[in-house]
Amino acid sequence: MALSSSEAQLGDAVAAPISTHLDPYGDSPARHAWRRFAQNRAALVSCVILALIILACFVGPWLLPYGFDDTDWLSISLPPGFANMHWFGTDELGRDVLVRTLIGGRISLEVGLLGTTLTVAIGVAWGATAGYAGGKIDAAMMRVVDMMYAIPYMLIAILMMTLFGRAFYLVVLTISLFSWIDMARVVRGQTLMLKKREFIDAARATGVPAARIVWRHIVPNLLGVVIIYATVTVPGIILTESVLSFLGLGVQEPMTSWGVLIADGTSKMEVRPWLLAFPGLLLIATLYCTNYIGDALRDAFDPKVQ
Amino acid sequence: MSSTTMNSTHPLIEVDHLAVRFTTPNGGVVEAVRDVSFALHRGKTLGIVGESGSGKSQTALAMMGLLPPNGAVTGVARYDGRDLLTLKPAELNRIRGDRVAMIFQDPMTALNPFLTIERQMTEVLQLHRKLSRKQAFEQAVAMCEAVRIADARRRIKMYPHEFSGGMLQRVMIAMALLCEPDVLIADEPTTALDVTVQAQIIELLRDLQRDLGTAIILITHDMGVVASLCDDVMVMYGGRTMEYGSAAQVFSQPAHPYTIGLLDALPHLDDDGDAPLRAIAGNPPSGGAAVLGCAFAPRCAVAEERCASLRPELLTFDDADGSQRRRACHLPIVELPGLRTGNRVGEAV
Repeated sequence: MALSSSEAQLGDAVAAPISTHLDPYGDSPARHAWRRFAQNRAALVSCVILALIILACFVGPWLLPYGFDDTDWLSISLPPGFANMHWFGTDELGRDVLVRTLIGGRISLEVGLLGTTLTVAIGVAWGATAGYAGGKIDAAMMRVVDMMYAIPYMLIAILMMTLFGRAFYLVVLTISLFSWIDMARVVRGQTLMLKKREFIDAARATGVPAARIVWRHIVPNLLGVVIIYATVTVPGIILTESVLSFLGLGVQEPMTSWGVLIADGTSKMEVRPWLLAFPGLLLIATLYCTNYIGDALRDAFDPKVQ
Repeated sequence: MSSTTMNSTHPLIEVDHLAVRFTTPNGGVVEAVRDVSFALHRGKTLGIVGESGSGKSQTALAMMGLLPPNGAVTGVARYDGRDLLTLKPAELNRIRGDRVAMIFQDPMTALNPFLTIERQMTEVLQLHRKLSRKQAFEQAVAMCEAVRIADARRRIKMYPHEFSGGMLQRVMIAMALLCEPDVLIADEPTTALDVTVQAQIIELLRDLQRDLGTAIILITHDMGVVASLCDDVMVMYGGRTMEYGSAAQVFSQPAHPYTIGLLDALPHLDDDGDAPLRAIAGNPPSGGAAVLGCAFAPRCAVAEERCASLRPELLTFDDADGSQRRRACHLPIVELPGLRTGNRVGEAV
């Protein structure tokens, strides 16, 4: 290498206009992102609340003296209170609403999280590939998406449940099977815009293969859109699950989810509002938290936001 | 590896009858480049000059296989005997970035905003040299130091937006030179930069070429840059070669009215400050219209009747220093009016 000689010659060369801009932290991009994330108070609080909700849902039911399907004929439709030991009250079968809300939260959180992960994975892969490939491949892939729009998802849901029986993972799968198409469209649009940018040409000019360009150069640039879209997907999926459950296609009594509890509570809100209030509040809290966290994540991973 | 065999019989880059045409969505055809040929030897610099829209950049993009999907290319562009235009994508990717590298016009947009400089530089080495991340990092730092980025070890971990334009162009150059390519295609490397920074970048390119023996194709519309850096120069207009020859000869004895116009448009230090800038009248042609005669004829001060209807061939003649010169003009050289009056650039070569 001729570098050593060039270095020697360049050592005393032109004093280039070197800005003395200091990297404020001097550490890795991931740390960078974390610091910026940590500066967002709302997001931190959201993290804590979400963690508490998750913890409560997964540990709480063990600590409570009631089972989620224990009926108690002596305490039917009790309003919430500390005296009767049913903090969230009971329903018309005498079941404790607190334990049912927590158990329902397990299902809803799992469906929301797994469903969103699948949605993002399929949607980003599909959309970015179609958008970057362009031409006939793009046209073919997007026609598949159009066809998916044309198929009523309820039909497929019923079909899957009757064919494979009622199972948790089937619910997640069915929901993801239809929610990725929106994500794919959004991602494709962004990719079409991104691939015209000069840095993609520059990457091609340095011999980066197409697949790697999509993964290394396009996908990180999609982060903002994907995170925002994912945070609105979480509530969508939780609600879709409740619709499926309401129609008897999702989880079945006595098992429950927030969606089921809310659907159930809505019909009785005039006489027993606590049946709607508690699962509703928890769902709203969860959705708020995911939105705040998503917002902060987007900012944290965008290097231009300081 | 970069033994600068000055007069190697076998050029490193050989472009023959290259043509680029775009199909527009409404069915029209735009001919961006029409029948361009040139050759580049190891360690030499070729300047391609011309106004915006003369097909300079499209020539380079076509060579690198970077044309958009509606662009079609014909002809031959050989690197080391292999036609880049017919290579499979995987084979082309082995050459691009490794043996033939490219610098883009605007460094601000040619780097991925979401990746640190380090990730973008090490990617090149990991792809072509199969280095480990750590080795690649060390080499990237060394290259950044070679292009005079101070405190490279720390700054390389930053994102593009944390650099100034001039620094980013250094990064681009460092990135392009990481694998010590045989050929560097620089597409207007100084256009987006301040004048003072431009000079530094040009000087940097010259130093690096001397040390590494890289052949450079320099695309620019700055005749001053060509004069200070290039061995050969090709003047393009309307997608065609107007004049092509050794830079020293072209500057001292321009043989095409368009070249004369370009050189004459350069302001000089001893010009009267209040005198209007000399420009070539009219606008460059759009690639869509079919041109029967010489593309420059509508703007040419000395055009004759036949210029508009009969296209002049690109003919070769011997220059004073024995090099070959090509030009496409009907008029005999002696008849070109004495427009070369203020041509100080040629003297500076």
